[in-house]
Amino acid sequence: MTDPLRPVIEGMAGPDGGPGVQIPIQETPDGGDVYVVSSGWRLALREFMDNRLAVVGLAVLVFFVVFCFLGPVVYHTNQSLFNPLTTDLPPGSGHPLGTDEHGFDELGRIMAGGQTALVIGFFASFIATVIGTLWGAIAGLAGGIVDGILMRIVDILLSIPYLLIVLVLATKYSATVFDESMIIGLFAWLVPARLVRGEVLTLRERDFVNAARVMGSSRTRLVLRHLIPNALSVVIVNVTFQIADAILILAYLGFLGFGLQYPAASWGDMLGNAQQYVSSGYWWLVYPVGACLVAVVLACNLVGDALRDALDVRLRRR
Amino acid sequence: MTGYIIRRLLVAVIVTIGIAVISFLMLHYLSPSPVYTVLGAKTTAAAAAAWNRSHGYDRPEIAQLLTYLGQLVRLHFGYSYKLDQSVSALFKENAGRSAYLTLAALLLSLLVAIPLGIAQAVKRNSLGDYTATAINFTLYSMPSFFLGLILIQFLALDLGIFPPTVSDAVTTTWQAFTHPLQLTLPIVTLAAINVASFSRYMRSSALDNLAQDYIRLARAKGLSERSVLFRHLLRNACLPMITLIGLSIPTLLAGNLLIEVLFNYPGLGLLFYNALGTQDYNILLAYTVLGGILTVVGNLIADVAITVADPRVRL
Repeated sequence: MTDPLRPVIEGMAGPDGGPGVQIPIQETPDGGDVYVVSSGWRLALREFMDNRLAVVGLAVLVFFVVFCFLGPVVYHTNQSLFNPLTTDLPPGSGHPLGTDEHGFDELGRIMAGGQTALVIGFFASFIATVIGTLWGAIAGLAGGIVDGILMRIVDILLSIPYLLIVLVLATKYSATVFDESMIIGLFAWLVPARLVRGEVLTLRERDFVNAARVMGSSRTRLVLRHLIPNALSVVIVNVTFQIADAILILAYLGFLGFGLQYPAASWGDMLGNAQQYVSSGYWWLVYPVGACLVAVVLACNLVGDALRDALDVRLRRR
Repeated sequence: MTGYIIRRLLVAVIVTIGIAVISFLMLHYLSPSPVYTVLGAKTTAAAAAAWNRSHGYDRPEIAQLLTYLGQLVRLHFGYSYKLDQSVSALFKENAGRSAYLTLAALLLSLLVAIPLGIAQAVKRNSLGDYTATAINFTLYSMPSFFLGLILIQFLALDLGIFPPTVSDAVTTTWQAFTHPLQLTLPIVTLAAINVASFSRYMRSSALDNLAQDYIRLARAKGLSERSVLFRHLLRNACLPMITLIGLSIPTLLAGNLLIEVLFNYPGLGLLFYNALGTQDYNILLAYTVLGGILTVVGNLIADVAITVADPRVRL
């Protein structure tokens, strides 16, 4: 930078890992220590893939998606009709994980329950992320009294213990996958709203945004090309934690008896009578499904942690 | 300092009113009147309307809300028509047992998490650190009731050391206190879940502090490692825990609920859970509002405590 003759060939990576502009290298005079910094996202991906735990977490998630959605195609089981002849069978031939008190095959039920857990997890976190991002972005951009009112609403809702609101609403609305996603998602947007607002507030004052403004970018371009891509990393990290939390809350709802309507299955519902299973010695109805639950939530948390490290520009090696 | 506290108190009052308003509107939307609980499901529409009129449930929502807020100021939490008792009396009866469970679990988790976090930071990237991190991560991702079930299986059913659920004989807080075997599993389960998040914060806080100059100075002037860790590091590394405890009150309440249901321990959480089943909306409303108030108070106390404990935080 100090030598005016030396061409600047660093890629203009967005300061917060936003997509950078690559300037092609024409020539390298005097063969100095010249290198190309790749774009923020590619760097983040490399950082992420270097984290072995994160790769394991991602693999676990992919495994469960395949297991729950493609498993039933290969492994046919009856999950809708009560079968009193095959209740509470221990694992054995025909039923690798035994059967439950309704005579349903436990392995098939875990697949069906996993489908709902994953669908509700993704759907609820999608709802929460969309509402939260819009809310936070509006508050951060508007500033002043609008910001004050919007964020006080967030403060108030955040003070009411989340599980309590969800449980109260679940007394009336918890029968379908859609209902459960809604009640979980509708009160989970508060944290992303705070995160996005904070991010927008700092980004607004950054030099590259000012530079873009000085160069004559329109307000739309400023938001779409500069603010959103740079705030996206915070949102993406939060989505993974949201999915983990949604799956946990779903398990709590099921355990407390506010699960889906029969014959739909969820992992939480399957653990609803777990206490009786444990005391009756029906271990196969408790530990496999519990282990799946912990594995998926743990995998989401590991991926989220690694994404946070990978996208955090301060920790990144350049 | 006084100005700051007054400002924070004002905000806390506004947030508390907001909590009460939102909770009331939500519960009111779910159940406008308890008339069918009182008179039975088969009562005639005319009788229901008459009952609503005499008990004020036919007034506009805003008037009912204002009445509710007025009662709340005088600490009247409404009346449970299912249990035929005032909610305040029910809460008074159960609060002690819940508070004992929560505080014992909180204390135990701090006693484990603080030394664990410091030990992990001092011996960072060792086998022990990795093991502790792995266990913490797993506990953090585990539903508390599932951990409770595992403990019941091994410590209660297989080894028979502890009872699988809290005995019905434990009816007062004092009995809960004097029968430690009965309460061990609930307290340990609740504490283990807290340790998972507390020790992660403790570890990173201790790591930050270990890199600071004052630790290097303490070592350079020849203090023993023990003195460095206990007299210098411990105090500074614990500061973020003050905020964390304040923020973890909603989690503690939620954890309480699940643990009380799992171990059949009669506290506020179990009361709330039973009210969910019987749709006893005044109890649901009161516990939700109480949870909100405790959260606000917890945050307030934590914020004030941190300014008192940490001279660098002066406003």
